[in-house]
Amino acid sequence: MATFNFQLGKLPPEAQKVRAEIRDFLARTLGGTSATKRALSWGGFDRDFSRRLGEAGFIGMTWPKKYGGHERSALERYVVLEETLAAGAPTSAHWVADRQSGPLLLRFGTEEQRQRFLPRITKGELAFAIGMSEPDSGSDLASIRTRAERVEGGYRVNGTKIWTSNAHISDYAIALFRTKVVPDKKHEGLSQFLVDLKSEGIGIRPIIDLAGGHDFNEVHFQNAFVPDDMLVGKDGDGWKQVTTELAFERSGPERYLSSIRLIIELIREVGAEPGERAAVVIGRLTAHMATLRQMSLSVAGMLQAGQNPNLEAAVVKDVGTSFEQEIPEVVHALLGVEPRLGSGSQFERVFGYLVEHAPSFSLRGGTREVLRGIIARGLGLR
Amino acid sequence: MNDTRTLLADTCARLFTDQVTPALIESAEKGAWPAALWQMLEENGLTLPQIPESRGGAGGAWGDAQVVLAACGRFAVPLPVAETMIGAWLLSESGLDVPLGPLTVAPVRPADRLSLTRAGAGWVLDGVAGRVPWGAAAGHVVVAADSDDGPMIGLVARGSAKCEPDVNLALEPRDTLGWSGAPVVTAALVGAGLPTDALRSAGALARSAQMAGGLEFLLSQSVKYVTERVQFGRPLASFQVIQHQLALLAGHTAAAGMAAQRAFAAMDEGDAGFEIACAKIRTGEASGLGAGIAHQCHGAIGFTYEHSLHFVTRRLWSWRAEFGAEVYWAALLGREVAARGADALWPYLTSR
Repeated sequence: MATFNFQLGKLPPEAQKVRAEIRDFLARTLGGTSATKRALSWGGFDRDFSRRLGEAGFIGMTWPKKYGGHERSALERYVVLEETLAAGAPTSAHWVADRQSGPLLLRFGTEEQRQRFLPRITKGELAFAIGMSEPDSGSDLASIRTRAERVEGGYRVNGTKIWTSNAHISDYAIALFRTKVVPDKKHEGLSQFLVDLKSEGIGIRPIIDLAGGHDFNEVHFQNAFVPDDMLVGKDGDGWKQVTTELAFERSGPERYLSSIRLIIELIREVGAEPGERAAVVIGRLTAHMATLRQMSLSVAGMLQAGQNPNLEAAVVKDVGTSFEQEIPEVVHALLGVEPRLGSGSQFERVFGYLVEHAPSFSLRGGTREVLRGIIARGLGLR
Repeated sequence: MNDTRTLLADTCARLFTDQVTPALIESAEKGAWPAALWQMLEENGLTLPQIPESRGGAGGAWGDAQVVLAACGRFAVPLPVAETMIGAWLLSESGLDVPLGPLTVAPVRPADRLSLTRAGAGWVLDGVAGRVPWGAAAGHVVVAADSDDGPMIGLVARGSAKCEPDVNLALEPRDTLGWSGAPVVTAALVGAGLPTDALRSAGALARSAQMAGGLEFLLSQSVKYVTERVQFGRPLASFQVIQHQLALLAGHTAAAGMAAQRAFAAMDEGDAGFEIACAKIRTGEASGLGAGIAHQCHGAIGFTYEHSLHFVTRRLWSWRAEFGAEVYWAALLGREVAARGADALWPYLTSR
């Protein structure tokens, strides 16, 4: 049986220094932001905030200076992620670009693409969406059907992407298209493209979520043209590139901190001298959160050391999303309050937001079932 | 893990694989003291890994103790190894010599109280402590007791107490010891470097490592079983529902291991109150859930005495309640977190 390699990660002194800096920045920038806004966690979209964060040097932290990066360590970046999430900063306008699109271009992009996009990302000026899922694919990414056909000077794209978060307010999407149909080999013939979302032939239709929010979209391609220089990596290498990208998506502190605002507001609600039951609940949640933090830090340490902790990242995401989903349940069991939206106390509204959004935590970035399959493979069961 | 600890883990695994057989555990469950095994542990320096050499230990750190205790949990070693380590640490940190042989500690339950009173040049011990591990079998009992001079650590010999024997679910001895003006071998004020609840927190720390080790056994044993066992014409491992249950067990095992690891590291850094609370809560909860999954995956065979799965699951069910159960530590931690205030939660967490 393969064993998991969770070793204690220790933050270096320079990371602690970054913590003080980002905390100071967030305190200055977010002062007066309500608890309900902070509860949005990494769902909040605010271009102005992202620009200020970029100006302060907190986006593209590990990237080379020649692309506008800051050549800091992965652990220094990790601390910035932790702090922005814990503070409930609206990170969505730069989140995908910083976490996935930028690193993807650094790995597989052309020099011209890097120079064109990376500096603007680090300034917090470019918002990216992810065009992976399709109406019939869901977590089965290899089954995508959207075709990009070779034409003079580029590709002609037809098909539909779905669940594309923020496509309606982003500048670009990195999308996976089928450039070649290889019978019986669905992982082959896939390619990744940078897509300008303002291009002709692209229609974006909102999908309103159960909370009435507009985050998801359907993106329709009707003979949309994508020029050659927007192909990312090699034609046909898309699958390999995407799986690399997913590793970035599964390892961060965002996988256990989505509900932290509710814990904070719960502590405020029960006061400085809580009764026995409330104390037990708060103590237990704290113990789980502290442990998840150590697990997540451990993965960050492995990434920093150049290892490939795919399996450990899947474990953290599985345990972490279960934890963040459990929090509204635990709060309900303790206090029995009604989740509210526009009315009620601040606590009831934070609770209401998380009750409604918690189901998504174990869907985004690979469903729980997909992750458990990955873990089971790591255990040698399949 | 550094090289020394890898070596230590290998030593434990080798020794326990050979020695801690089902027959040995069964005989211990009937009340026999595994004297030969104890002697081997002592000779290999496994009973006092973190005690300074000047006091008869191996001169290592708590991180070394963790390796040994995890192995004791994984193999269901029926001896007071954890209790000996804790007892020796309390003595050593309070400036007292550590006697040879197995030790135990009292009190284990948060509500039990013991007291030391001056008698001539020495001290005598009074009070009752329940659920003392190997209370009658251990050579000495290390006690944490109140006195007019303040909290103290004392050492009393086997036989100094009136003993009512009992056992836990795993049939490990858990005796009630009552002292009435009992003579004390040595006693001293609790060492300045020790936390006020040193005995209980060190006990909780040790149990967290044992439980994390026990969970590792449950995971590897369950994976092995479902890979070999065929049902409906194919190995259980090929059923997705089984795969997902074991992925869940793997998550709890990893979390328990991480929590214990962090607590032992904090112990070596010198201040581990927060981390021990987290570790006892997390490993205790994982033990309950993990034992449930392991039994479900094993089916009826795992529920028999003949199969060795229960040697570990019965221990996990008992250990999680000792030296303060999850509810005890969670209330303590929760009250502390609440007193610091809502906005201090994250800064506090990241300061640890």
